[in-house]
Amino acid sequence: MRSFKWVAPLLYIVFLMLPIYWLLNMSFKTTNEILGAFSLWPQDFTLENYKKIFTDSTWYTGYINSLTYVVINTVISVTAALPAAYAFSRYQFLGDKHLFFWLLTNRMAPPAVFALPFFQLYSAMNLFDTHIAVALAHCLFNIPLAVWILEGFMSAVPKELDETAYVDGYSFPRFFVKIFIPTITAGIGVTAFFCFMFSWVELLLAKNLTSVAAKPIAATMTRTASTAGYELGLLAAAGTLTIVPGAFVIYFVRHYIAKGFALGRV
Amino acid sequence: MSTRTVNHRAWWLVAPVVVLVAFNALIPMMTVVNYSFQETFGDNVFFFEGFKWYEQVLTSERFHASFVRQIIFTGVILAIEIPLGVAIALTMPRRGPWVSVCLVLMALPLLIPWNVVGAMWNIFALPEIGLLGRTVNAMGIAYNFTQDPASAWITTVVMDVWHWTSLVVLLAYAGLCSIPDAYYQAAKIDGASAWAVFRHIELPKMKRVLTIAILLRFMDSFMIYTEPFVLTGGGPGNTTTFLSIDLVKAALGQFDLGPAAAMSLVYFLIVLLVCYVFFTAVMRGEER
Repeated sequence: MRSFKWVAPLLYIVFLMLPIYWLLNMSFKTTNEILGAFSLWPQDFTLENYKKIFTDSTWYTGYINSLTYVVINTVISVTAALPAAYAFSRYQFLGDKHLFFWLLTNRMAPPAVFALPFFQLYSAMNLFDTHIAVALAHCLFNIPLAVWILEGFMSAVPKELDETAYVDGYSFPRFFVKIFIPTITAGIGVTAFFCFMFSWVELLLAKNLTSVAAKPIAATMTRTASTAGYELGLLAAAGTLTIVPGAFVIYFVRHYIAKGFALGRV
Repeated sequence: MSTRTVNHRAWWLVAPVVVLVAFNALIPMMTVVNYSFQETFGDNVFFFEGFKWYEQVLTSERFHASFVRQIIFTGVILAIEIPLGVAIALTMPRRGPWVSVCLVLMALPLLIPWNVVGAMWNIFALPEIGLLGRTVNAMGIAYNFTQDPASAWITTVVMDVWHWTSLVVLLAYAGLCSIPDAYYQAAKIDGASAWAVFRHIELPKMKRVLTIAILLRFMDSFMIYTEPFVLTGGGPGNTTTFLSIDLVKAALGQFDLGPAAAMSLVYFLIVLLVCYVFFTAVMRGEER
């Protein structure tokens, strides 16, 4: 009985990999082959789709744009959330519980609700079609999440650590940077992972706040689909490449995912 | 929680977060509230309309239809993903080289941009060129998600299960990993059945992470937009038009600002209300 336990995760992983395999398979085919004949692997193996993406600037700038705003957002979210999470985990202050719930409500707001007002707000500030606009807009849901996750990690650190440091004559900023942050690196890793993830996958707001200069790769894909007919092979290659940054990030935090989730409150 | 010292200057520490989130939340929210009470014929001329749009939205059959669709969708999603995620977390290896492999592969769908998820499932499920569509049709089952509402629904649900079950798995797995080995040994000595171990050891330890999983899955499935929009475009007909899709259609497609804004607020309040009720229920449960 016990020895067959691995069947369930294995089947699940196969189920997860099938659509990804299909996308990968199509990315190595020409559009003609995709529409012409059904085959489980490329008969006429081609790298043309990838070549086009890496040489055509309308394609590869999409990736650079996406990565730029995602990184800016992750940095802003984690940096702002660190002191706030510390405050929530260590101090009681006027309205702390209400503030915490209010922050979380922003994670609950459907992005569709904000699509139009965001466009007007960022246009009015002359930030429309900039990376910073998307990075700031994504703070709406990433900061509450970052505070929530970090607070869990920080609460798991005994308060004695803080007290000893203060007795030793550390000032708050020095203690925070030199001692506290290094003790919760796992938590910061997990938080950055989540911020990266939710900013990378979000498209509704990113698409609405950009037109040319900061257009995310995912938007490039949808627009190409409508203008250049249906270049399936190219779309599949572009789609495959959007999986790569995520795969990298997971690989780097793979040890933290299991440990991190368990340590923190999440 | 009670060991926290009272320090009102802690507000300085939360100030950056409050400013950033308030900027993104309050100004747009006020814009939406504004629109929801006014009528415009363009040129930035607005007329106060009171609760007209709210009445219109709350009594419109279109809103009711997409609301019911949304409730059914979220219900089905939770009923499948939570038990499935827990089951897979329970059967996953706890140590050894396979742990990393499982975690990395399982987390992969979570990091794919949502429109790529939709596009991927589109080409995966198309009856002519998709592996899934082709296989199902070859088995003699009529399946075409672009024309048949039942196929479209099933495809959307399976896509969401594919996309998000891993989140439940990861959270549940983290909860399981925090159980000390001694608990299992004690259960073994007592001769506890697998069900008893699950009911009295594993489930209580997973309670907190499962709460978070249910809350996150509720919120996100209730707001789902991009994936079904790319997969089916809300069709065939309106059969997979969920609340967000309907809302964006109204706001950006038809530019009915007033009704769209009123609908936004009603929508937001529903999510908020459900989460609040759930939250307080869980908090009460924990205090006991």
